[in-house]
Parts: sequence; structure tokens; C-alpha cells
Amino acid sequence: KPAARRKKAKPADSEEEEEEEEEEAPRKRRPKKRKEGGGEESEDERPRGRTKKVTGRKKAVAKGDGTEVNSEEDEGKKKRRRKAVSLLMLSGSSHSGSESDAESLSEGEMARLKEEVEEKKKQIAMLRNKPWRMKRRLNFLKEAQEFVETFEGALGKGKGRKLYAFKVMMTKKLIKFNRDFENFRTACIPWERKIKEVESHFGSSVASYFIFLRWMYGLNMVLFGFMFGLVVIPEVLMGLPYGSIPRKTVPRDEQDTAMDFSVLFEYGGYCKYSVLFYGYYNNQNTIGLLKFRLPLSYFLVGIGIFGYSLLVVIRTMARNANEGGDGADEGDFIFCWKLFTSWDYLIGNPETADNKYASITTSFKESIVDEQENLKNENIHLRRFLRVLANTIILCCLGGSGYLIYFVVKRSQDYAKMDPSQLSWYQKNEVEFVMSLLGLVCPPLFETIAELEDYHPRIALKWQLGRIFALFLGNLYTFLFALIDDVNEKLENEKLIKNETFWALQQYYANYTLYYNVTENIPPPNIAPADVIRGPCWETQVGIEFVKLTVSDIQVTYITILIMDFLRALIVRFLNYCWCWDLEAGFPSYGEFDISGNVLGLIFNQGMIWMGAFYAPGLVGINILRLVSSMYFQCWAVMSSNVPHERVFKASRSNNFYMGILLLVLFLSLMPVIYTMMTMSPSFDCGPFSGREKMYDVVIETIQNLPAFMANIFIYASNPGLIISIVLLMVLAIYYLHTVSEGYQKANMDLKKKMQMQRDEEKNRRNNKDSTNQVMKDLEDLLPNKSLIPPPEPASQPPGKSPKVTGKTGTAANGKTVNLVNFEKDVSLAAANPRGPMTRPPTARHPRPLPGAGRGLPPGYGRGRGRPPPMR
Amino acid sequence: MQKYFYRPSTGWHCRPIESIYMYPLCTGLTHSQLMLGFSPFSRLHGRFRELAPNLVPLDYTNNPDITLTSCLITAMPELKENPFRQRIVETFSEDGSGDLSFSDFVDMFSILSEMAPLDLKITYAFKIYDFNMDGFLCEQDVEEVVHRLTGEELKPEERKLVSHRVMEEADLDGDGKLSLTDFENMISKAPDFISRFKLVSIPCECQ
Repeated sequence: KPAARRKKAKPADSEEEEEEEEEEAPRKRRPKKRKEGGGEESEDERPRGRTKKVTGRKKAVAKGDGTEVNSEEDEGKKKRRRKAVSLLMLSGSSHSGSESDAESLSEGEMARLKEEVEEKKKQIAMLRNKPWRMKRRLNFLKEAQEFVETFEGALGKGKGRKLYAFKVMMTKKLIKFNRDFENFRTACIPWERKIKEVESHFGSSVASYFIFLRWMYGLNMVLFGFMFGLVVIPEVLMGLPYGSIPRKTVPRDEQDTAMDFSVLFEYGGYCKYSVLFYGYYNNQNTIGLLKFRLPLSYFLVGIGIFGYSLLVVIRTMARNANEGGDGADEGDFIFCWKLFTSWDYLIGNPETADNKYASITTSFKESIVDEQENLKNENIHLRRFLRVLANTIILCCLGGSGYLIYFVVKRSQDYAKMDPSQLSWYQKNEVEFVMSLLGLVCPPLFETIAELEDYHPRIALKWQLGRIFALFLGNLYTFLFALIDDVNEKLENEKLIKNETFWALQQYYANYTLYYNVTENIPPPNIAPADVIRGPCWETQVGIEFVKLTVSDIQVTYITILIMDFLRALIVRFLNYCWCWDLEAGFPSYGEFDISGNVLGLIFNQGMIWMGAFYAPGLVGINILRLVSSMYFQCWAVMSSNVPHERVFKASRSNNFYMGILLLVLFLSLMPVIYTMMTMSPSFDCGPFSGREKMYDVVIETIQNLPAFMANIFIYASNPGLIISIVLLMVLAIYYLHTVSEGYQKANMDLKKKMQMQRDEEKNRRNNKDSTNQVMKDLEDLLPNKSLIPPPEPASQPPGKSPKVTGKTGTAANGKTVNLVNFEKDVSLAAANPRGPMTRPPTARHPRPLPGAGRGLPPGYGRGRGRPPPMR
Repeated sequence: MQKYFYRPSTGWHCRPIESIYMYPLCTGLTHSQLMLGFSPFSRLHGRFRELAPNLVPLDYTNNPDITLTSCLITAMPELKENPFRQRIVETFSEDGSGDLSFSDFVDMFSILSEMAPLDLKITYAFKIYDFNMDGFLCEQDVEEVVHRLTGEELKPEERKLVSHRVMEEADLDGDGKLSLTDFENMISKAPDFISRFKLVSIPCECQ
């Protein structure tokens, strides 16, 4: 029946529309208000319907009621509209034609109409944020769109109208384009599906690793773009071809084996003399038709990689901090968060769900035990001793691993001087082997040692991460120092060779002069590029070391995954049929996905890339391959052979923790590179900076070649006075910002304290005044006979009536409700000082008073305290 | 009602029809994002139809009034492991019974997607956890949540303890139950609420 009514109403509405279009203007304020009123009404209607259901009515009735209300609302609106129209007709009966009408709109009305339309549009945009039912949203949207459609065209007068219509159309188009573009962008995010799939099986914490991996991929893609676009590809396209000059040619004595796989595998032979490494690049100032300044570009890209990475990491960190940094301490809501956010709604896999249930239960039990034994502290001395012991052992481990690496690198330098054909595979790859082994063995060892300490899991995890970090860092830096030793040695060596070649050249010239008796226009010595004596080219050596390290890291990671996860999973699953104990539940079980270890591995790998990219431009490309392949491989490994974590890992907080580590690693890897760039002199016969005293000479040369005024600017800018004052200014700014942020923090703390105090006060006032303080209690006892509190009326005890009353609506219930309120007041007064209110069974809440429904209830009703619980 | 109408001032206009095309504006989901696909009848509608192929028509332009029962909905892979699945469908159904029409279905997936704003999510989470639907989370509700999450593993006293602690932590005005404000204050600071309170549309093999 309501539907029919609505249908009847509709055509009338559409007939009206034509009139409305012109004449809505003066009364446009009102219908909107009415609409809002209607909205409130129906919003209030909802809880009523719900309580009805609770009290036992059939849902169908509620539904019918709802639609009836809707149709009533519609009806009312229509009526009012019609009334408004007729009113308008009376007041402004002279208007008839649409043209005159449009002109009659005054400026103010116009502006108002425009405002209205804008508001509607805003409402449409905000619609998605409203907790409404879909049906209501659809209705609202329909109405609002109709309104906008109707009035948008009416705006603008005469000449302006067309322009306005055009503007409106363009904005629409723009919005649509933006939406499409947004769609396109989301469709372009790589691996979204894959990550979603992992997320649905393992929850968001494992997915956070893959998201981090993808972020890393994005960063590396940009670095790759820089490196290949500005350095590698120009060199390949415009530089001299292979074999034209000595640095681009394999030396004569290596040529026989240059194509052997074993040599290529160690990045010797053709691999060493290719664009992948620093040494291949020529020191020609400009190459090709475009006069591309390759050495300058090489230098700037080397610096720019660091600059860009710093920028991105810091920006991401700031964004994360804005998102997560709400200032809530972790300890504030332990149980609440466990309760309301521990279930991952993404989980759609029964096995994962079981695991999740188990982990939630354990975490609850842990917290309960923590709660109960918070103050108990047995044998603190033993624990302290154990912690000191554990830390000592771990320090020993760290020192030992550092020494081992130093030793191995030294020995490998000795090996390098020997004939490579006599060395075994192990001797050649000792450094990488030992480093990977240490990375593999030490973290589990640390974990075992950490058992001694008996920390809370969260703290233990932080310690563990810190120790692994220290291990990796120590290893890397030992490696670096050993490498720098090596480089220095090579530099000495190189000096000799340089002198030798110089001497040979002089010799040649002298001989030439003697022989042909000419002193000018001596042709350069005619030696094939493969036969020229060359220096050791330490940059390429360093690059090769980094590439080797990266590749061996990849291999170790993949092999570990294959053995520790996949093979183990195979054994556990299939040997379980014929084994003495339950393999799945017992000792080996399935591997967990080690999020923290993987993230740290990724971060250190990135550090290696940052360090090595300058000396081996190809490394960035290799890293891209690694990231892509590990995305697929690890996704597969996780899905096929891992089980979700037992330990819940906080995703967003640790995200910034990881970012912080990444920043630290970036900084630490930036230092050695910048150091070598600035202080060491480049090799004399290889690389883009050969022949220069220092690498940064490229920039200075370029500046000197610039027009005079630009050069002047640079010279002024590099004036120490200016730089020092700028640095001072920056320090001051940092100090100021730091002070300000400290002030904010303090204010924050104060507010928090105040809130806490208020909360406690409120609680105490409500619950029992026993615990507030002794003085208050004494005061209370002093009151004459507690005369303020009337004795409870025995007549008001029977609680059975209230549910019926709550269920009823309408005027008949009014009297009763008022009664109930009085009675409630009494009770609450009587029970103003309840001794143990928390034991009271929780009550279903009384429906809210309906505003504007004629049921004016006295304030203080809403709380509903002390009221006997309605039966359910 | 014809689809196009003429207006002398601005020319031909398309009358907005109530249809599936309006869902994106209502929910903030774009067509392609998870939900509707490039053609409106692909994913979400496909999922809905897949639940009861002979009940749900292919053509949804007139918005037929069809509801599916809660047991059909809760058997979906996204929901079937969720301890609160019954509450979810009840919350999103128009009459609280758990039967969903297509618009309710879209509603559910849009709120439990990545695109929904935080406060909307919080409101619905509150509704979901409010088992007795009185507009507050009382200790009973909290105990019920604990029960659903841990099964019979925790003793009743322990459950009581947990709910007591929850009240202590989050109940700011001290009335012994959590209002929406308390809940919002508590959960908006939780680090992983937003990342966990969402369903992923697991790809299905429908036409």
C-alpha cells in the first residue's frame, strides 16, 4: 500500500518540476530544512523499531512501520511543497514566463541558490561518511542529485549562463576524469591481489612485510630509472664501443678465459669490463651528438641516489608518524586493544582462524598472568645475573663474528695475490660464505641466549632486533674497513704502475725523437688496447665485492627458504603418516614467517645497494630483479609452507621502527661512499673520473665552464662564511622546533593527566566514596543522620513493569514513563551510595527520549542508573 | 518515468535513475575497486548472485526487493571463519534479522573495505560488538566478545576479570559501560584497528 501511495505521488512531483525550476528560488531554504527534519525523525525512528524487536515483536511489524514512516515523511514533504508552491503563486502571481522569471532572480537569491547547490554537492561528497542504511543513502543521493541537476542550469543570467553551464560541465568532466584516473592508479599498484591473498591467510602483519617489500621496489625503481636513464644507457648508446680503449677491453692474458662460466660467475672477464662496473666508463667530458656530460651525470646521480632516498624515507616516516602518533601509550588500553582489535577480519582460512584463536587465547592468558603477578618479583638477583651473563655472551658473539670477518677479508686479500687457478671454490668465496653463515647462525643463537633473560616478549623482540642489527652492522663495517685497507694498498700499487707507464711513455717519446729526429707531432704509441699495462682499478674491485655480496645474499636467502621452510613443510606433512610423534604439533612443525628477520634482511640488502651503486651501476638492476623475484618466491613460499605467527606483531608502530632502521642504515651507508668520493683519488686509467685529482673536480670544472655570473654565484655560495651562517641558522631552527615540540608534549602530558584525574574522580564519585579519601569519608560520617538521603520506598521495588513500558510508545505510555522516571529518581537517590555497583548485572538500556516527539522527560533520566534491569 | 527530459534553459538532461550506478557515490568505492568491476554486474553483484543463483536476477536496474537469509551470507568465505559473522550480518541488515538485500550487502562490503573512513568503521564496529543492541557495550557484551574470541579456554572468572579491566581502561565517564564516545576514543588510538577491520574480497570463479 505505501508503495502505491508513493507511486501516486511521483508523477505529481515530476509535473511540478517544471514550475519548481523557476519558482523554487524564494522557498529553497525551507524544503531543505524540512528534509533535515525528516532525516532526524527517521533516525529517531530506528532505535524504536529496534527495541520493539528486542522486546519480542515480530520483525515484519517493525519493517512495515519503517516503510510507513518513510512514506509518511514523503507525503508530508510533498504536501508542504505544494503549499509552498501555492503560496508563491499568491505572492508573485505576475510571474508566468520562464524568461522573465529567470531575470527576476535577484543577486542575493542567486548567491543563495548557488550556495545551496554547492552545499548539496558537498553533502553528496560527504554521503559516504554517513552511517546510514544503503537505501536511505540512495534516496538521499537521488534527491540531492535531482536538486543539483535542476538548479545548476538555472544559475547564471544572460551571457553568464552559458559560461556557467560550461563551467559546470567542465567540473563534472574533471571529476569524472579524476575518478577514472584514481581507478587507473589503483589498478596499477602491482601485486595488490597477491598481497591481499597473503593477507587473507596470514593477517595483516605478514602482509606488512610484503607491503614494505613493494615500497622498497618502488624506491628502487626510481633509483634504477636514475642510474640507467642518466648513466648506463647514455654510455651504451653514445659512448665508445667495447674494445676501443684499454679500459673497455679485456687484457690479453685474461682473454682466453674471459668467456668461461666460472670466471663470469665471479664477475671477472667480460663481466668486469662491462657497463655493470665503474671502470668501463670513459672520462671524456662530453659524449655523443648531444654533448652529454657523462662524468658529471655519473657524479650527480651517485649523490642524487642518496638525496632521493633520504627524502623518501623521511617523508614516509613523517607520514607514518602523523597516522599512528596519537599519543596513546601502549599500556593504556592493553585489554581493550586485545579484545577489539586482535581479531583480523581478513582471515578467511580455517587453519589460520584456529591459529588466531589460539594466539588470542594465549595472549589473554599472558596478560591475565601479568596482571596477577605484576608486583611479584622473585629472585631478582638471579635474574640480573642471568641478564648480565646473556649480554656478555652476546657481546662475545658479536666481537667474535667481527674478528672472524676481519680475518677472512684479510686472508682473501692474500688469496687474491695468488694465482686464481690454484684456489678452490671455497677460498675464492670465503668472505661471502662466512658472512652469510654468520647471518644465518647468529640470530637463532641470540634467540636461544635471550631465553636466559626472561623478558616480556615485546621487550625481548626489541632486544633481539637490536642485536641482529648490531651484528649485521658490525659485520658490514668490519668488511668495509678491511675493504678500505685493501683499497689503500691498491692505491700504493697503482702509483707504482702509473709511474711505470709514465716512464715507459717518456722512454717511448725519447726513443722516437732519437730515431726519427722529430720533436713534435709524435704519434701515440701503437699498442693494442688489450696489451696496455693498467692499474688495479680499485673502484671496480669494490663494486665487484658488493655485487658478490648481494648475489650471495640472495642465494642464501632463497636456499634457506627452500630448505628451512619448503623442505621442512614437506617432511612434516608427508612423514607425519609414519612417525612416532606428531610432527605437525610437536618438534619440527611448520616454519613461521619471520617478519622481523626478513625486514631486517631487506633493509641490509638495501644498505648494500646504496653503498655499491656508485661503484657498480648494474647493482641497482640486479636489486630490481631480486625484489621482483623475491616477491613471487616468498609469496609462494609463505602460502605453501608457512603457518601464521603465534606472536602478535604491532604493524603500524613497528613500521616506523623499521623506517628508522632504514634511515640509520642509509646514513651509515652514505658515509663511506661520500668519504671515498671526497678523499680518495680515483684510479688514473679507469672510470669517468680518471685523470682528475678528486672525483668532485668534475663539478668544479663544470662550474668554471659556466657563464661568469653563474660561476660567481656558485663561488659566493660556497663561501665558508655563508655556509657557516646557514648551518648556524639551521641549528637554531632545529633547536627552536625541538623546544616547541617539547612544549606541546608537555601540554599533552598535562592534559592526559587531567583527563586521568577527572576520570578517577568521576569513577569514585559514582562508585563508592569509600575509596576517595579519608577526610571526605569522615565528613560524610559527620552529617547529621544522613538526613539528605531519604529511606528507600519499599513500594517501588517490583521491577517487572519496566520492560513493558519501554516497549510501548505513544501517548498512552507517557504517564507511565513519567511515573517510572519518578520512581527511578527515588531509587537513584536511595542508592546514591552503593557499595558494590560493579557486581550489578549489566542492563539493557532504556530507549532514548525522542526529541520533539512531545515526550519531554526531565533531565537526569537518560542515565538510567539504579533502575532494575528489564527482563529480556 | 522516462530517462531523459528536456529543460529549455539547459537542454537535455539525464534523469538520475536509482540503480546500481549510484553505489559508488554512496560508498566511496570506485567501480573497479574490489567491488563493481568495470561493468556494474561483475564482482560484487556476481558474489551476491552466486549465493543464490535462482533467486537473484541478473538485471538490477529496477532494484528488486530481494533478501538473502543470513545463513547464506555467513557461509561466504570472507565471513565463515569470523566469530562475529552473525553479528555482522545482523548489523548490516535492515531489520536486524540478518537477512541482507543487495544494497545491504554492498553496504557491508563498503564499510568493511579499505576505502571507508575511520569513524564510520568505528561506528559499525561498535554496533557489531553491541550484542544486546542497547547502544552501549556493557560488561555482558564484553564478556560475550571474549567468549567468542577464546571459546571455552578462559574460565568465567577470567572472562569477568578481562571485561572488568576493559571497563577500567576505556570507560571514561565511569558509568560501567562503554558508550560510542568511549569506544571511539579507545579504538582510534589502536594501531591495527584500521588494518584489521576489513574484509578482502577473495576472488571467486563466477562467470
